[in-house]
Amino acid sequence: MYSTIFSGFQKFCGVGPPFAKGVIEIPMQMFKGYDPGNFYDEMYLPDGGVRPHCAPLHGRFSRLDQQDFLARKASSELYFLRQGITFNVYHDNRGTERIFPFDPVPRVMPAAEWEHLEAGLTQRIVALNLFLHDIYHDQQILKDEVIPRFYIEQAKHYRPEFRGVDVPANIYIHICGSDLIRGADGEYYVLEDNGRCPSGASYLLENRNALKRAFPGIFDEMGVRSVDSYPQDLLNMLQHISPRGESDPVCVLLTPGCHNSAYFEHCYLAREMGIDIVEGRDLAVVDKFVYMRTTRGLKRVDVIYRRIDDDFIDPVVFRKDSVLGVPGLMNAYRSGNVALANAVGTGVADDKVIYYFVPKMIEYYLGQKPILPNVPTYLASEEKDLKFILGHLPELVVKAANESGGYGMLMGPSATKEQIEKFRELIIADPRNYIAQPVISLSRAPTWCDGSMEGRHIDLRPYIIYGDDVKIVPGGLTRVALTKDSLIVNSSQGGGSKDTWVLHQ
Amino acid sequence: MLSRVANTLYWMVRYVERADNLARLIDVNQQLLLDSERLDSERLRGFWHPIILSTGDEDLFSTLYAEAGSTEVIRFLTDDKRNPNSITSCIALARENARTVRDQLSDELWEELNGLYLFTRSTEAEHLIAENPPRYYENVRRSAVTFLGIAASTTLRDEDWDFMELGRHLERADKTTRFLDVANYLPDGSDGTVVAAPGILHWTAILRSCGALGAFRAVERKINARSVIDFLIFSGKFPRSVRFCMEKADHALHRISGTPRGTFCNDAERETGRLLADLNFGSSEDAFRTGLHDYLDALQERFNAIGAAIFQSYVLMPEQVQVCPAEEFRSLSALALWEMQQQQQQ
Repeated sequence: MYSTIFSGFQKFCGVGPPFAKGVIEIPMQMFKGYDPGNFYDEMYLPDGGVRPHCAPLHGRFSRLDQQDFLARKASSELYFLRQGITFNVYHDNRGTERIFPFDPVPRVMPAAEWEHLEAGLTQRIVALNLFLHDIYHDQQILKDEVIPRFYIEQAKHYRPEFRGVDVPANIYIHICGSDLIRGADGEYYVLEDNGRCPSGASYLLENRNALKRAFPGIFDEMGVRSVDSYPQDLLNMLQHISPRGESDPVCVLLTPGCHNSAYFEHCYLAREMGIDIVEGRDLAVVDKFVYMRTTRGLKRVDVIYRRIDDDFIDPVVFRKDSVLGVPGLMNAYRSGNVALANAVGTGVADDKVIYYFVPKMIEYYLGQKPILPNVPTYLASEEKDLKFILGHLPELVVKAANESGGYGMLMGPSATKEQIEKFRELIIADPRNYIAQPVISLSRAPTWCDGSMEGRHIDLRPYIIYGDDVKIVPGGLTRVALTKDSLIVNSSQGGGSKDTWVLHQ
Repeated sequence: MLSRVANTLYWMVRYVERADNLARLIDVNQQLLLDSERLDSERLRGFWHPIILSTGDEDLFSTLYAEAGSTEVIRFLTDDKRNPNSITSCIALARENARTVRDQLSDELWEELNGLYLFTRSTEAEHLIAENPPRYYENVRRSAVTFLGIAASTTLRDEDWDFMELGRHLERADKTTRFLDVANYLPDGSDGTVVAAPGILHWTAILRSCGALGAFRAVERKINARSVIDFLIFSGKFPRSVRFCMEKADHALHRISGTPRGTFCNDAERETGRLLADLNFGSSEDAFRTGLHDYLDALQERFNAIGAAIFQSYVLMPEQVQVCPAEEFRSLSALALWEMQQQQQQ
């Protein structure tokens, strides 16, 4: 077992990679019979040629011997298993820990394409933060009737208790994981903004590590931008928002505990940043200050990167039965004695109904045209839209406003009659809670599927960090729907991931 | 460091140490069995019964198994998930502890323990237990020793290390006394002074269970109750002797608090210091005077008291955090489990 990993490592160090220049070309076995189909393919042009920026990678993969490829792929999987890079699947009796399937064929993005995304995402996070400040203060955007007041007040994650509270550095969403998809037209769209506890950044980092170990040769001369700065960017942001003007503030990561699906990631990020990972029971609030219990007594905490939902964070203010939270934390937070990333109440911005208004926010607050468009969206609580939705359920994707992870949605085209009728009732009963979108045929990328390369649908989740500056690690996590023809990329629903390469040029 | 982390590292190491000791205990006795003449089931029971008694889990064993033959005992101690002290359970617990403090461990250390965990749950392990048990126990022991070696060569010598040292040496001392206790349960009367001929075989097995036979031979010739007890309890040089372990634990405690050795600032230091003095100035005479079994029992109680005092001083800290006392670190409630799973990670 060790030797497999080690041999990959040796090759990483440059001992005899079989990719050296001048190797005799073997026929393009790996992609033999590959059918880009009627989709936007990330590697192939509609005429069957290879996109120029993918050509070197395509060439290297083509020259791989299938046995060698499989051995390397297996070694990357073993790496994930041995590292314990697993996620927990709830309601699954086969054992709680699974590897997040990793496809070794990276998704490649030319520099110009990334610059476009970077600009659009930066514009978006700035607008979202202005919106949250406004909503929790003067509510000018509601007074000017850009967004109907009703939508905000009915938003599940709106926290009226926090109106008038100033948050450290005036930042609400410090880490945003917006999901981007690419349609048949090749255009990128924002599918949703995850502004509460976006997860997956550790997979982005570990995918790169695994690929470098297993396939070192394919990186040669590609000019792939590094993703290593993510933990440092994250730490810089946390230090930036410390309410105490200390040069070395105490930052901690607050986890729900080791049975949470993202627990591996919590440990990983805490360790990469060199900060303590704490559970609610490790913290105590005394006189509106937050402390952690150490072997030497209480130690003051300045910044909490919390990976626990608002509802559970403080039993005094939110759910009374929460045993994971920290009693009194909200009191300390309101008093400005501790910073939280992300802030409390950001969920109002990633409500899927509010999502509809993000382009309007960008125009309202920034006076700019949105760089990245939304997916066309219908709001079930608008009478005209509702009529349209109910009349076209089999063609639409219906989503609950506040669910994530691929739960609470209806894929019209593949749904059964019963499922459609069930959603019809749900929508009519609670229109505020539903939106609908046309099915976007996501772009596809070549993915290894049981013996051959096949096109599989993918999306992209970049991680945007907002501290003293906006930092986006090049690329993001490319998620891939491993099931043939499936459009659902969530790990809980049979999704996997790929490394994402942003090129220097 | 966080109190919870200190507590978790302490238990992580204790469980690895426990698995390592168990592996040796079973392996040695299984081999011992090969030297014996044909045993009927009555005698087999007589052979394994003391071993079950020494682990302290005899009640659980008798509720789970009707028979006490080799297969049952080995199963119970090795890979029975219903026994929280079986090798498999100990490794799973160690790994679970490691997982909750993953950020504190070096990559290699985690990989070793996770690798051992994956091994104990593999079909390969199942096959080895059935077909080639010595290989199985060897794998466990080697991995536990590798774990120890990696820990020693990658862990910063600060509180992390000291709490791991505490866990290791308390567990080790406890196991040494338990292995010695096997002697008390032997059917052939060994009253502590007179050892019948088969006794030598048993004392040898006890030494081997503690990995002590080689070291013992280097300093002693005669294998008898006195010499073995003097060695396994009172030796100042053998790394698994009770005295040696208490010496290490006392060191670790004083490094943590910064109090000079020979003095104390909490109950853990006081208890350890007292015990160490008894061992430093004692000999097998003490054990014979009290009776070996009672003497060992008393030692185990004192280890438990030290463990409880460490928890009290560094995890609960009643006087420091009176405003909002720490929760007991009870096992996870169903509510907490459910709530952890409710957190949406988008």
